[in-house]
Amino acid sequence: MPWIDACATDDIDEEDLIRFDHGSQTFAVYHSPEGEFFATAGLCTHEEAHLCNGLVIGHLIECPKHNGQFDYRTGEAKRTPACVNLKTFPVKVEAGRVFIEVA
Amino acid sequence: MGKRDYSPFGADAKRAVETGLTAAEWYHTEVPRKVMKDLMARSDGPAIRDTVVLYGCMILLAGIGIALWPLGWSAPFWLAYGVLYGSASDSRWHECGHGTAFRTPWMNNSVYQIASFMIMRNPATWRWSHARHHSETYLVGRDPEIAVMRPPELAKVVLNFFGIIDVLRFFPVILRNALSGPTPEEKTFVPESDWGRVQSMAIVHVAIHAAALALAVWMGSILPLMVIGLPRMYGAWHHVMTGLLQHGGLADNVIDHRLNSRTVLMNPISRFIYWNMNYHVEHHMFPMVPYHALPRLHEIIKDDLPPPNRSIADGFREMWPAFRRQLLNEDFFVKRDLPPTAKPYREDFHQYVPGMSRPSAAE
Repeated sequence: MPWIDACATDDIDEEDLIRFDHGSQTFAVYHSPEGEFFATAGLCTHEEAHLCNGLVIGHLIECPKHNGQFDYRTGEAKRTPACVNLKTFPVKVEAGRVFIEVA
Repeated sequence: MGKRDYSPFGADAKRAVETGLTAAEWYHTEVPRKVMKDLMARSDGPAIRDTVVLYGCMILLAGIGIALWPLGWSAPFWLAYGVLYGSASDSRWHECGHGTAFRTPWMNNSVYQIASFMIMRNPATWRWSHARHHSETYLVGRDPEIAVMRPPELAKVVLNFFGIIDVLRFFPVILRNALSGPTPEEKTFVPESDWGRVQSMAIVHVAIHAAALALAVWMGSILPLMVIGLPRMYGAWHHVMTGLLQHGGLADNVIDHRLNSRTVLMNPISRFIYWNMNYHVEHHMFPMVPYHALPRLHEIIKDDLPPPNRSIADGFREMWPAFRRQLLNEDFFVKRDLPPTAKPYREDFHQYVPGMSRPSAAE
């Protein structure tokens, strides 16, 4: 699977996320409080709101529409109305850039 | 147009889905990401303070009421206790249901469960109904939390100031939930994975109410019911008063919260009881902002919103005549002017469902 250059590491504040679109897909790219980077599908599994407008709380991303929560490291749905897990994608950091392995 | 069909199985609900109204993008005022992140930040402090004050006052007021019982001197204490039980519980249910009041999840969940019991709502059902209310606010047939359907039944509105309609609806549904799970209507918005939870929560609520009733019979006194159950009626007036103002007399079937929601400036006591939900346009546009940050959000986006009503009375002066006009013409609604600094109401943001005629708005 190809690795796609998504953004620079300093494009995302710690404990925050940005949206990254590639082709017909939309992703959410996260910068954890520990300085690690993660990527998930960009839309909430409940009603497909863009997660980029949500709030990162530690390792959780909260959907801006109904406050459903996911662990963005694993994609696990942690709070209703989110019930279906988020798809996650492998991430690597090289030379200050964040790459996502797009399926 | 013909009469609105508010059934989730009705023609209006079906049409809203078929025409894409339910999947449409809602209007949002632009707020810079860093500002919004700051507004959305969670903390436990304000809600712990308010919860200690709320439950402390309830214990004190009920204690004095019991001590003075059955003297008439106890009445003012019961009336105050009732408002905290039968009205403040509505806003606690709401904010903790969103998960924004506290930063700590178990605190949100604990207050949510207690508040759900007091306000007589099945906590498993209403969490989902409120999600739908936010996705499809005042879309006819889709939003299960439309407080006043058109044409308004004003007698029922008045009766509900004493909780009569809500309580009469609550007990048959909670008993049915306890016996067989969610109703067919509830199954349209509660996922199957939560149907068992709907039933178990209902059993807990029925058991507590039955215990209070049994104690009252054993004591030969309504005193236990003055503490549990009845305050949902004698203290309901405040949450009905403020709740009607949220959307009453405004547009339906639109996708711009500036058209279907109302912000009302209020006195500090009502804002404590209502937990700042008087900033209702702001809350619907940005439901992740905690109640204690809504005044700040209001200051930031107010230039893009209709001017707020200046008081509860001012809100009623706008809403009640609209209800009366809807008795004769259910398509009537109040369309507020936007300030010159606001982005205009975009026609494509409040397209009516094809097949419906356009409603007539106030000048």
